[in-house]
Amino acid sequence: MLYREAGDFKASYVEDSQTFPIKFDRMGYYVTLAIAFGIIPFIINDYWANAVVVPFLIYAIASIGLNILTGYAGQVSLGTGGFMAVGAFACYKLMTAFPDINIIFLILISGGITAAVGMAFGLPSLRIKGFYLAVATLAAQFFLVWLFNKVPWFYNYSASGQISAPERTVFSIPVTGPHTEAWAKYLICLIFVFALAWIARNLTRGSTGRKWMAIRDMDIAAEIIGVNPLRAKLSAFAISSFFVGVAGALFFAVYLGAAEVGEAFGTQKSFLVLFMIIIGGLGSIFGSFAGAAFMVLLPVLLKNLLVGGLGWPTDLAANFEVLTVGALIIIFLIAEPHGIAQLWRTAKEKLRLWPFPH
Amino acid sequence: MSSLTHKDTPPADGYVTEDGRTIGGVMMEMKHITLRFGGVVAIQDISFDIREGEIRAIIGPNGAGKSSMLNVMSGFYVPSEGEVWFRGRKRPPMKPFQVAQQGLARTFQNIALFKGMSTLDNIMTGRVTLMKTGLLSQAIWWGKAQHEESEHREKVEEIIDFLEIQAIRKTPVGRLPYGLQKRVELGRALAAEPKLLLLDEPMAGMNVEEKEDMSRFILDVNDEFGTTIALIEHDMGVVMDLSDRVVVMDYGKKIGDGTPDEVRNNKAVIDAYLGVAHD
Repeated sequence: MLYREAGDFKASYVEDSQTFPIKFDRMGYYVTLAIAFGIIPFIINDYWANAVVVPFLIYAIASIGLNILTGYAGQVSLGTGGFMAVGAFACYKLMTAFPDINIIFLILISGGITAAVGMAFGLPSLRIKGFYLAVATLAAQFFLVWLFNKVPWFYNYSASGQISAPERTVFSIPVTGPHTEAWAKYLICLIFVFALAWIARNLTRGSTGRKWMAIRDMDIAAEIIGVNPLRAKLSAFAISSFFVGVAGALFFAVYLGAAEVGEAFGTQKSFLVLFMIIIGGLGSIFGSFAGAAFMVLLPVLLKNLLVGGLGWPTDLAANFEVLTVGALIIIFLIAEPHGIAQLWRTAKEKLRLWPFPH
Repeated sequence: MSSLTHKDTPPADGYVTEDGRTIGGVMMEMKHITLRFGGVVAIQDISFDIREGEIRAIIGPNGAGKSSMLNVMSGFYVPSEGEVWFRGRKRPPMKPFQVAQQGLARTFQNIALFKGMSTLDNIMTGRVTLMKTGLLSQAIWWGKAQHEESEHREKVEEIIDFLEIQAIRKTPVGRLPYGLQKRVELGRALAAEPKLLLLDEPMAGMNVEEKEDMSRFILDVNDEFGTTIALIEHDMGVVMDLSDRVVVMDYGKKIGDGTPDEVRNNKAVIDAYLGVAHD
């Protein structure tokens, strides 16, 4: 089967504006879904879940969130780690305060709390732009980590200052705590990823997304044609923070199980997610997935190759990994500023004409 | 009603132009507008009105304050003194996006399109003031949001047909040539279904053919959609052909106001454009 749009006629505006206008892409999407929901849960083991798949899914949510804010609405944020911490701590407090409420609701509420915090820290965006806003969000990052470190109420006065997730179940299957099985971790993350990616796509293709992009591309013109900049920017901050908060809650409760705020949600995390969307592609949902996959897979791959394959010492391999990521980011910024998503789009353009490019 | 030949203001209830178009009552009235930036007076005590269905031009040499005037009209600047009346009501101090919601749209002297978006999305964005679904139904998409999207898409497609830009519907506007970008920008302004359309130098930097196309679109917009138009333009041939009445500004002051013929023969206007002999 060739990758073609010929013969695939659109007879309505609904059909014309669907997410995957080309039949081949549509099939690919359904096949991916079928594999993700129908096959992987049965074959996944602990190593794959913990090293690759679960962190990939959680980072995908976080990068979709940051991409909404930075890629679509054009507001740079370096506070992702801090907002993930808000989600994690909100989830922890809710889990311990309301043990009877289903964990899924608690994660969603954690997202809501993060959205409120994100909106509060988004208020400066109405006055400042670009680098200055980035610094303001960096302040949020430092403040939030400091807050969760210094106020014992947030970690329930535990001696170590750590938070650890108690066991909670969905349909009496444990999804948090030490007895969680790999497939349960995977499936709960997958469900969140699927739902949130779908919502992100809906928001970005409709009038909300156009308002965000209008503010990004030319804020003065956007305001003059009737976009309320306050509402557009704050809604971007709120929705982005909701996604990031859910990612933080999952990261702590499902993936880590126990977390120390500075270590799990430090500045590094903010930059990691920012690198994901830069490498993956700003302003693209697919790019968020691609970037998350890239940044999660690369260290695993390098480690297996260098330590397992070539027998390098672990510390040398770890340093080499940092170097590689740094170099790749520079290469991407110079060679393809629109990231993997743009490479993918170009490849598809070429494929549509293949094998007769003229 | 007779055609407008007399020198003073036209009758309050409207008149019929020489080519048979009916011009209604006052739609927008600028009353004694003064605009200062610190010590610089950009606009000094200017009053004029725009009638319903009219094509009104604002001309003047560079730096006369025309664009500032347009910015006052579109709510981007708040005048230091004076009142703006729009559709029978005095406009309270408001933000530009609220002015847009009242039915006023504009284009920009330097194209201000959303470069990362397609032609279609740019024009769809023009309809933000008309799209009403909330965030929640948009997140769910199926049902209300999708329905609204298709409904507005239909209107946007009409504009795309009208402006003859079907072929570039899905092209990112950053890739389009200048003349087409100007056309897309007009489309974005039209998409809002404005009562009053402000055009800031719609023909700047165009060749003769593009100017002719643009003139045709402006006349058709006025004729088919009944949109009132106020425009700034430097090409005198275009201004004299298109507009019903012309305001002439120089150094922030109004030096002439009337039909193209009256303005053309106005001593002060000739002096401003051609210079005046000092003895």
